[in-house]
Amino acid sequence: MTTSTDTTQRGSAPQPGGTRKNSLTAGQMPRWTWIAVAIGALVLAAGLTALLGGGSFSWTGWLIFAAVLYIVGMYVTTYAIENKRRATDGIWRNLVWAAFILALIPLVSVVWTVFANGLPTLLANPQLLWTDMGGVTGADDIATQNEGASLQGGFLHGLAGTLMITLMATIISVPIGLLTSIFLVEYSRGGWFSRSIVFFVDVMTGIPSIVAGLFAFAVVELFITTFIGESPRHVQMIKMGLTAAIALSVLMIPVVVRSTEEMLRVVPNELREASYALGVRKWRTIFKVVLPTAMSGIASGITLAIARVTGETAPILVTAGYAAATNWNPFSEWMTALPVFIYRQLMNPTAPAAGLPSADRAWAAALVLIVIVMLLNLAARIIAKAFAPKKTGR
Amino acid sequence: MSKRIEAIDLNVYYGNFLAVEGVNINIEPRSVTAFIGPSGCGKTTFLRTINRMHEVLPGARAEGRLLLDGEDVYATGVDPVTVRTQVGMVFQRPNPFPTMSIRDNILAGHKLNGARMSRSEADGIVEKSLRGANLWNEVKDRLDKPGSGLSGGQQQRLCIARSIAVEPDVILMDEPCSALDPISTLAIEDLINELKNEFTVVIVTHNMQQAARVADKTAFFNIAGTGKPGKLIEYDETSVIFNNPANKQTEDYVSGRFG
Repeated sequence: MTTSTDTTQRGSAPQPGGTRKNSLTAGQMPRWTWIAVAIGALVLAAGLTALLGGGSFSWTGWLIFAAVLYIVGMYVTTYAIENKRRATDGIWRNLVWAAFILALIPLVSVVWTVFANGLPTLLANPQLLWTDMGGVTGADDIATQNEGASLQGGFLHGLAGTLMITLMATIISVPIGLLTSIFLVEYSRGGWFSRSIVFFVDVMTGIPSIVAGLFAFAVVELFITTFIGESPRHVQMIKMGLTAAIALSVLMIPVVVRSTEEMLRVVPNELREASYALGVRKWRTIFKVVLPTAMSGIASGITLAIARVTGETAPILVTAGYAAATNWNPFSEWMTALPVFIYRQLMNPTAPAAGLPSADRAWAAALVLIVIVMLLNLAARIIAKAFAPKKTGR
Repeated sequence: MSKRIEAIDLNVYYGNFLAVEGVNINIEPRSVTAFIGPSGCGKTTFLRTINRMHEVLPGARAEGRLLLDGEDVYATGVDPVTVRTQVGMVFQRPNPFPTMSIRDNILAGHKLNGARMSRSEADGIVEKSLRGANLWNEVKDRLDKPGSGLSGGQQQRLCIARSIAVEPDVILMDEPCSALDPISTLAIEDLINELKNEFTVVIVTHNMQQAARVADKTAFFNIAGTGKPGKLIEYDETSVIFNNPANKQTEDYVSGRFG
């Protein structure tokens, strides 16, 4: 299937013993070979797609055919003109590129879809950011969909919930995670205790998030029924922002422990010894020399852990429930997080007969969520730069 | 402000491995003593037992007596931190704290221990220590710049300034010039000559000319073979060690002959 490109290549290949050239570059393909092969592959794939499609032309099919033809074509061409070694080198390079592009497709596609669907809604209805769903009924959405009334409601309650729950989860997990990794790196001497901590932290990394949610629910239930009371009014108290924060910290702690541990291990031992030699105690050495030196990596690890749990849905749904009104207090009443809001708006639209306004709100919320996560990642980079030990001044 | 160091039958272990055996040595105050010997013979290990830095490594310990002006630093109940405030140490590779400025590096010994001091008091310590380390003129205009921005020789002098800032009685130096060029080495050697007016200086070196240049007394350590403990072979005036050693091993080592 690559004969056409093949023959064109052979004619132009520099012949050994032809015009006097650098002997070191003899027998090499001309630089434009890959362009020729690419064009040949695209043309051939277009013909093939049109033939197989039977009238309708599939763009995806065309690109896939072209990619396969290009990889095979480059291999055959290189094999024919140069040698097998270079052909094998080339095919692996092309496969790596193909894998990279494949991996990029879903990422770009997700971001594109969310922006395309969410941005127009958000720009037309910026009040989504500062109103909640309190008082919004199905009648409003039916009016929006059928009579063109403006979109009602918003997801301020989701923003408040995500913010408060993530903040609480961070307050819980950062000290625990930080101190655990300090124990692992600075105090334990590789005994069974530290090895089992490492093992269980690794197990925790792979815990399904719904299990974390149920665990937090069970813990808070046990606490409340034991110490406060068992009446239905008390059982109602279980679902609150704090319970969700506990669930999220179960997911967050292992991430914080592992990233901090790595960062502490790369702090040179010389710095610890320098500090000891000045007569500084161990805990002061850790808090004033080791931690500041590793701070950039630790801070970015924590930020990435926050970004990871911000998108959790299931554990928050079972622990904090779903509310329509804004609730800033994580210690009582139900709370809505942005991912839960998105899930509920799509699965149970406010107006079951008119789902479009709900879907619009969900897309806008998804856009805001992605922007938050992107900003957190950006913050991680800025923090890492800001805290990094200064190397300038020479 | 300067103390005598005496070791009496000191054995140093890494776990069960006896690294240095039976060291008996008497180091005078206000003097420079050099430890020489082949790699792995226990010079650095013994040096690190003097300020109890040895035991920072897991399983490492020392047996016997090590006296600072007659007081045993290995007596029960002695806090290693107290010992280290009296016995400062300079390491092989310059290791200024990368997160701190030059000024904060000098003040590290005070600040890390939570000491509060007035600005003028701190300035006084910084200037005195940097002048003591012959670094003041080079860095006085950039005290707030990071210490890691200095050259290798300047960094090492910064580390020396950092250890004299806490006013120890003894300064231990573990091959302080091995990572430096000859000019920086000369600056440090000059500095060592000045330091002995105030401190007891003990220096480990692989460079025998350096030992001959800076040390009043020299101790030669040797090892019988791999897996065997290192021993103190000979300890005498530097001129005697290099010109007229009593021991055959010492003579072979300082003259470059082996076996």
